[in-house]
Amino acid sequence: MARQIYQAIVDGILVGGVYALMAVGLTLIFGVLDIINIAQGVLVILGAYLSYTLSVRIHLDLFLGLLITVPAMFVIGVVIQWAFIRRLRGRERTSMTLLVTYAVALIIEGILYEIYGPNPKQLNASYVQSSVHVFGFYLSYIYLYGFALALVLVAAIYALLYRTGFGRSVRATMQDHTAARLIGIDVNRVAALTFGVGVAVTAAGGMMFGATNSFNPNSGYDLISRLLAIVILGGLGSIGGALVASVFMLTLESLVTIWSPEWAIVVFYAALVVVLVIRPTGFFGRQRRLGVRR
Amino acid sequence: MRSHPVWLSRHNLALSAAAILSACLVAACSSSGSSSSSTGTTNTSSPTNTKPITIGASLSLTGDFSADGQAFERGYKLWASDVNSSGGLLGRQVQLKILNDNSSPTQAQTNYQTLFSSDKVNLAFGPFSSLLTTPSASVAARYGYALVEGAGGAPTVFNSPANQSAHNIFDVSLPIEDELIPFVNWVASLPPGQRPKTAAYPMADDPFADPPVQLAQQKLQALGVKTVYSKIFPAENASYKPAADQVANTGAQAVLLGSTDVPTVSAFMQAFEQQHYNPKMFICAAGPDQGASFTSAVGKGNATGMMVPNGWYPGYANPASQKMVNEYVAKYGGSPSDVNADVAEAYSVGQVMAQAVTATKGTDNPKIITYLHSGVTISTVQGPVRFDNFGKNSSAAAFTFQWQQQGTAFKQVLPVSAAGSVSIINPKPNWTS
Repeated sequence: MARQIYQAIVDGILVGGVYALMAVGLTLIFGVLDIINIAQGVLVILGAYLSYTLSVRIHLDLFLGLLITVPAMFVIGVVIQWAFIRRLRGRERTSMTLLVTYAVALIIEGILYEIYGPNPKQLNASYVQSSVHVFGFYLSYIYLYGFALALVLVAAIYALLYRTGFGRSVRATMQDHTAARLIGIDVNRVAALTFGVGVAVTAAGGMMFGATNSFNPNSGYDLISRLLAIVILGGLGSIGGALVASVFMLTLESLVTIWSPEWAIVVFYAALVVVLVIRPTGFFGRQRRLGVRR
Repeated sequence: MRSHPVWLSRHNLALSAAAILSACLVAACSSSGSSSSSTGTTNTSSPTNTKPITIGASLSLTGDFSADGQAFERGYKLWASDVNSSGGLLGRQVQLKILNDNSSPTQAQTNYQTLFSSDKVNLAFGPFSSLLTTPSASVAARYGYALVEGAGGAPTVFNSPANQSAHNIFDVSLPIEDELIPFVNWVASLPPGQRPKTAAYPMADDPFADPPVQLAQQKLQALGVKTVYSKIFPAENASYKPAADQVANTGAQAVLLGSTDVPTVSAFMQAFEQQHYNPKMFICAAGPDQGASFTSAVGKGNATGMMVPNGWYPGYANPASQKMVNEYVAKYGGSPSDVNADVAEAYSVGQVMAQAVTATKGTDNPKIITYLHSGVTISTVQGPVRFDNFGKNSSAAAFTFQWQQQGTAFKQVLPVSAAGSVSIINPKPNWTS
């Protein structure tokens, strides 16, 4: 039994890294734009398909392919923000963005069906199936690389937010849109770029998801409710919180799987409710100043 | 007037609530899409003065079952195209009206309601999967339609109250409960030293996936095969790795996976390989039967030795089946091994309905129901079909198929004595990635 528990903890931590990669973009976008991006799951799948295309068409390594897919997804994110989200204003903005991003998800899903069809795909590379033997456990390379990538990306986003002028603008916008505008920050530009960064990061999550799961254009819908639960638990807008919450939730789920896989998913969401009752802002969420967007 | 900033913890709470609500919304939306597409297949090359026979069906063209749903659509269309090119049914062209249910049982019900009450189709073909067939059949029963289907073979379908009363379901395929029996019989036939000593039974929570695995577990236990893992996991599971690793840790010599699709099988295979665990026998309720969809996801090398029960395979030595396979390959490309078993199931649905219409000389559903329950045997691309009192195909024979020749050939291997069976690969070769 002890071995099963250790294995479950290792699995939870490693799979949590993959989920962190998928959730970081969602929480970043929420932190700056107060948008719950329902399209996040489908964007993960879009990232997986872009990696798949590069891998199959030009035989590019999955991680090297990120040098192309991350900028491509950044552009896609900026375009989505500019075309669909920029115009939403006023008190109904948050609820309207739910509908708009859901529409974006449907559009992307439809395009993916048209291009790739419904048959499942999976990303392949030598390190996807192989593993290393450590302390009696086989740790798969793809999950180890994914976890390392999650740490690097979280650190990079922190550096972007706390070591650059753009980051100062983003943080100012996160704290108070109106005040940020008053001190001369181009809030619309910050919003577009932040949405782009959030979607760009998702390219890495998509690659990791595609390397560890079969996927088709519909696969994103099974993800989004889990990703939302993770970013709420971590604290909406908290980058590090997304990583910690991913690892916490997936480890918990993995542990429960030992006894009952059916209950694991229930415990996943029950844990969210329990934590929110005790700490309504999640693990690392901060109370926010009142700021009405106009 | 306040002179200090207002901290809004309630604001955060409200946003969290909105986020949770949106999670629920998406969870609901992901399985209840209402987009629909009509795909009439009128054959304009043979004009006729009589009104076309309209046949309605709800299929999972998007959603979790989209790969199967779209394969079913191809099967229905291939049949309709063949019928229309040979003059139609009773001299009337056949026109399909297919609505998309987004893999949602609720949407499937709504679609059949629309097909029967608004579109007033003449006949009805079934949806994909037992999960959607049961609620769809109850709508069909309410409107007095026969629901001829090819992918609803779970006991829950035949035992549903609507079918127990209306007897309107007709499944042209193999009833799934007994489909692993050839595998169990083969294990029983092995010398005791060659039988697996332990077996694992991970199962997706689905009416299609569980019954055959549970029955096989019961019978293998009786043979002395020790159960080391038997658990049900949610069918829509975004992370199979923990469950798959638990199975790998047991070191079971045989794995009987209650799967519904390729992604489930693929996830277990990947986790097993990462754990350097290779069961001697690996058979799945579904997934490996999906031709190129399966081999492209798991890799041809890894597909070798994987087994799946079914009633049909592309190499089936039946002239009608061979003709259909050739037509399919000519139309959609690939090789015969790439043809999904769903295509044959859908095509068989059309063949059964065609014979019923021809025999009853019309599209009167009560007459069709009576005819199909009359004990008549109908030839299809899957072999003979004969319905029992609850619409099970009592003539269907269960086979086990296995990927062989480095994942390039899908072969019938069990029952050993059945015509067309080749030698089974045992034990399963090691993973090749």
